[in-house]
Amino acid sequence: MMLSIKNLKAQVEGKEIIKGLDLQVGPGEVHAIMGPNGSGKSTLAHILAGRDGYDVTDGEILFEGRSLIGLAPEERASRGIFLAFQYPVELPGVNNTHFLKEALNAQRKARGEPELDSVAFLKLIREKLAMVSMSPELLKRPVNAGFSGGEKKRNEILQMALLEPRLAILDETDSGLDIDALKTVSDGVNALRSPDRSVILVTHYQRLLDYIQPDFVHVLAGGRIVRSGDKGLAKELEAKGYGWLSGQDEAA
Amino acid sequence: MSSTSKQVDALVERGYEHGFVTDIETDVIPPGLDEDVIRFISQRKQEPEWVLEYRLKAFRHWLGMTPPVWSSVHYPQIDFQAISYFAAPTKKPVLESLDQVDPELLRTYEKLGIPLEEQKALSGVAVDAVFDSVSVATTFRKNLADAGVIFCSISEAAREHPELLREYLGSVVPHTDNFYAALNAAVFTDGTFVYIPRGVRCPMELSTYFRINAQNTGQFERTLIVAEEGSHVSYLEGCTAPQRDENQLHAAVVELVAMQDAQIKYSTVQNWYPGDAQGKGGIYNFVTKRGDCRGARSKISWTQVETGSAITWKYPSCLLRGDDSVGEFYSVAVTKGHQQADTGTKMIHLGRNTRSTIVSKGISAGDGQQAYRGLVRMAQRAENARNHTQCDSLLIGDRCAAHTFPYIEVKNPTAKVEHEATTSKIGDDQLFYCRSRGLSEEDAVSLIVNGFCKEIFNELPMEFAVEAQKLLAISLEGAVG
Repeated sequence: MMLSIKNLKAQVEGKEIIKGLDLQVGPGEVHAIMGPNGSGKSTLAHILAGRDGYDVTDGEILFEGRSLIGLAPEERASRGIFLAFQYPVELPGVNNTHFLKEALNAQRKARGEPELDSVAFLKLIREKLAMVSMSPELLKRPVNAGFSGGEKKRNEILQMALLEPRLAILDETDSGLDIDALKTVSDGVNALRSPDRSVILVTHYQRLLDYIQPDFVHVLAGGRIVRSGDKGLAKELEAKGYGWLSGQDEAA
Repeated sequence: MSSTSKQVDALVERGYEHGFVTDIETDVIPPGLDEDVIRFISQRKQEPEWVLEYRLKAFRHWLGMTPPVWSSVHYPQIDFQAISYFAAPTKKPVLESLDQVDPELLRTYEKLGIPLEEQKALSGVAVDAVFDSVSVATTFRKNLADAGVIFCSISEAAREHPELLREYLGSVVPHTDNFYAALNAAVFTDGTFVYIPRGVRCPMELSTYFRINAQNTGQFERTLIVAEEGSHVSYLEGCTAPQRDENQLHAAVVELVAMQDAQIKYSTVQNWYPGDAQGKGGIYNFVTKRGDCRGARSKISWTQVETGSAITWKYPSCLLRGDDSVGEFYSVAVTKGHQQADTGTKMIHLGRNTRSTIVSKGISAGDGQQAYRGLVRMAQRAENARNHTQCDSLLIGDRCAAHTFPYIEVKNPTAKVEHEATTSKIGDDQLFYCRSRGLSEEDAVSLIVNGFCKEIFNELPMEFAVEAQKLLAISLEGAVG
């Protein structure tokens, strides 16, 4: 199993958000996690990436058989976990190419692999750029600063392409994208699908799943997975709303 | 505990990397200041009579002054009679030959990472190393002399170029200017004199490394740079000091004179001992720096990276007298632990079409306190003068503070003044973003801070930019939680 979560309970600022969650993700699988606002979707994504202030109080998270709990975000990154942010953070003055090179080499170093020199890195990043249809111009600019919403999301996918994670978690990657940008980003993700890379798509809307076909769909509500199925479940949700599952009209 | 506050604690706990004391015999006079001490200094420097007269005039004026109190920095009252005003290495080496310099001294430079020979070989930078108060090594003198450039210690200038020194010393910062400038004029013990003749582009970057090394010895450097018509010079100043228990006062004066079409670029990297974790024992850096754009189309550019000292209190300024003259000020100041900084600039626009640019970047961490204080004055006759000021503060943690005090005086209706200011924090979200990509917390902080300062580093000469970046990384690193 790539990722195995059992009876996970977690709190943020003393408030329990995840209340006994189970999830199994196999290698190469794409899982969509859907749910109403406030159901804990983004919290789960941040817990997996190791954000400070998100405290696991019970249960276990095994990644490739080893526990993630207590590991720093950078250690998780080096092990192959990648979080594409819902709101990619701006780093004014930090050159995008420099950032990507530092990140890649930090991970390689942590894994005991040789670091890439500038020439090898530039060759690699050019290949990856083509994969996500991104203008090389964006490499010269500061990380995400002044980027449009679509550019920011594409930059996330570029990072994913470069860092080649084993498990990619995409947090609301579709939010704020017009249909063209959504298509470009989805094409990028699809190009990165592989038998040894798993993907978790966190999304509110079914729309993204028209472009990235999930193997499994889970509905998160009240900090638990309340229903799992195949992509047909997403269609059903689209038609009936989340209220249909939780008995309340939370999806309003 | 959030990652940011862990970072801050690490910063506060970090020791000073350059804290060591060189065991070298030093000739120090007992603490205290009176006319006899000034006569002693002047005699030891083998100065002409007029320099002594200048010193005594300044001293008598200083006696009637009181220390200024208007800044936002706090420190115990300084006992000026408890300071020793002269220290000189007893073995005075022969200039231009490194072999004859005390080996202990050379090892000191190596510990600081500034071996002279490597400097000479690698970067082609002429280094006038000031150790305590006497220049002990001056290199590349000949190359410069061939170009007609004078680059020597100020004491030497008093002996060998008295007519030049007499004309310009105190012409930009008069001995009556302020309390510390008056004190400096009375007791300055060394410093640098640079003279670039008409039409000459100085063939190399000029650099002086200052280092304070004698206990309880205030250092009163005096620097004077004169660029004649159409000449160019770039001067680099970098400093670091060994660890101390007592506070050390540093009250330097720097005067720049740019004639018509002349350009002076003055860069500083300052890394003096900031004090221990409780803020005890650091350097007081009270400096008067002023440039006079005397001629039309002249340009003076100040760039500073200030990471050290317990207290930094300085305003490198430009007097824009010549029509179409240009003044620039680019600054990065870091205050962490209990460091305080009250720094900025003054741009005094007197001539027509004069332009000035101010970019100030302040970084505060721990209990660091920082103020930007800047004056932009457009005089009555400054037709079409323009200024643009950008003043950004970056806070790390929640105990530090940044303040901005812009003073703007406009007496000409055609003048334009723009002021922009921002304050931001290194956010947990920025740190988490970097870390989720594999960077350690330390590397993330360094990356973000260097990004914030990029505009300033771009203004530094290449080899200094690298050094400054390293210095900033060292300043802000620590054993992160």
